[in-house]
Amino acid sequence: MTLSVRLRHNLPGFILDAAFEAPPGLTVLFGRSGSGKTTVINAVAGLLRPQAGRIVAGGRVLFDSTQGICLPPRQRRLGYIFQEGRLFPHLTVRQNLAYGRWFAPRDAAREDMGRVVEMLGIGHLLTRRPAQLSGGEKARVAIGRALLAAPQLILADEPLAALDEPRKAEILPYFERLRDAVNVPILYVSHSAAEVARLATTVVVLEEGRVTHQGAAAELLSDPRISPTGVREVGAVLEARIVTHHTDGLTELIAGTAAFFIPRIDRAPGTSVRIRIAAHDVMLARDRPTGLSALNIVEGRVEQLRSGTGPGTIVSLDTPAGRILARVTRRSAEALGLAEGVRCHAIVKSVAIAPQDVGAADSLPS
Amino acid sequence: MSWLGPQEWQAVALSLKVAGWATALSLPFGIAMALVLARWQFPGKQLVNGLVHLPLILPPVVTGYLLLLAFGTQGWLGAALQSMGLSFAFHWTGAALAAAIMAFPLMVRAIRLSIEAVDPRLEQAAATFGASRTWVFLTVTLPMILPGILAGAVLAFAKAMGEFGATITFVSNIPGQTQTLPSAIYAFLQVPGGEASALRLVVVSIVIAMAALLSSEFLARRLAQRVAGS
Repeated sequence: MTLSVRLRHNLPGFILDAAFEAPPGLTVLFGRSGSGKTTVINAVAGLLRPQAGRIVAGGRVLFDSTQGICLPPRQRRLGYIFQEGRLFPHLTVRQNLAYGRWFAPRDAAREDMGRVVEMLGIGHLLTRRPAQLSGGEKARVAIGRALLAAPQLILADEPLAALDEPRKAEILPYFERLRDAVNVPILYVSHSAAEVARLATTVVVLEEGRVTHQGAAAELLSDPRISPTGVREVGAVLEARIVTHHTDGLTELIAGTAAFFIPRIDRAPGTSVRIRIAAHDVMLARDRPTGLSALNIVEGRVEQLRSGTGPGTIVSLDTPAGRILARVTRRSAEALGLAEGVRCHAIVKSVAIAPQDVGAADSLPS
Repeated sequence: MSWLGPQEWQAVALSLKVAGWATALSLPFGIAMALVLARWQFPGKQLVNGLVHLPLILPPVVTGYLLLLAFGTQGWLGAALQSMGLSFAFHWTGAALAAAIMAFPLMVRAIRLSIEAVDPRLEQAAATFGASRTWVFLTVTLPMILPGILAGAVLAFAKAMGEFGATITFVSNIPGQTQTLPSAIYAFLQVPGGEASALRLVVVSIVIAMAALLSSEFLARRLAQRVAGS
């Protein structure tokens, strides 16, 4: 099942003119605020009627301006996860979860309520009302309600934006589980590179109403010219596997053939994870450094140097662990004589990799 | 209630019947009108709003006289309705109609305020989960405005119990037929030695009003707790 979107709509200040495909898995619609992301997701939901275009989900035409088709939201078979949760305050958690399935067609493939409740860890909340839930709990119930609506398309509009950092870290794994539990497309609006790195199967970058890039997450995030939220968000995404947990609070990973030590994460050895290493957390050295506190040193070959208008440059290294990006000053790059093909060492402090930068690996091919 | 005389008892019973019917029958219209005024935009909306509120600001005698003109036996509506077997003039149903019309603005106002307090994004959310407009109303809007509906109904009931001017103008003051509580009090005060009866009815009025108010407060708090979930 694939979602295919093509639409044109005049917005104050610019014209939204976007086309993209969202395959099964999680597609992040990535862009700054005001780039038209919310307009796109509202058009897909049917809450806004675009001036022109065509939206097809799994072969069903939801909107087609030339044929005059515009299904109302209730006929689009959605599971919408709203930014503020939008749980029904007068219903219990159990009633909220069941709300979508009351209206789902009889023959729809239904998720088992017990399984979803268990997956989201909300069994103890079922008799409560939304006002008695914390922000994180509300977000989990909102995920469950969308999943239980037997949707053919799941939409999420910046579902974590209203949460603080610890709460975000708490909810992200549930979105990973959602992504791996369903085989319908999930369209997820976000302006956070960390969320893209952890969740995205596919990324669609939206700038001023236009799709500037689309592709796999790792590729897009590692290109400073693409990342719309600025150079500080640039980073590499590595696929790794947990080797063991050490008694001093570190977890040892293996990425490719390189070992990485990061602050302990609560997952079993053998689990595959994705780690995001921000480019500004990586140092470079020509010779293998000694007497250094940083635990992670990987040797690689410079693939590319990319400079923008600022004083910095992004060096991408081909290493046994995968592609690693380092953001250094142009002055340092010159002093080190960095150029394509030069070998050097990337140095990553263990503590620079925060738990929210570590996600479960995508089970779908990306 | 043996301390009430037959005429007094009759007035109390009649008032409860009139106010009860007036409230019950006008409630669906009140909810519909509140929805229209809260949610719809259409030309002439201010005119409709004004018409609804007119009984609140017009002298009650004027409203009563207009009712008499329209629904009296000679009135254009009254004659038509009488041929269908529905008579208002000098009949308790006329008292109920007058009470309903006088109470309508208060009812609509209370319900409208509660509708305006409902977050439309919740209704939008319900629609994305497949609910039709009717189901959105029944499962989201209605439960959330129940406290407002209750408040509107109690206000309307209290107003209907106390309606005097329009009622006496429209359907006169016939014991057992159109003599409601306030009309009875007025009548007792017109005859020598009626003060004791009037006073007893005053006590009954206060008791009924307080009981209605307290029970609605209690129910509204329980409903609001359900909605707020605290």
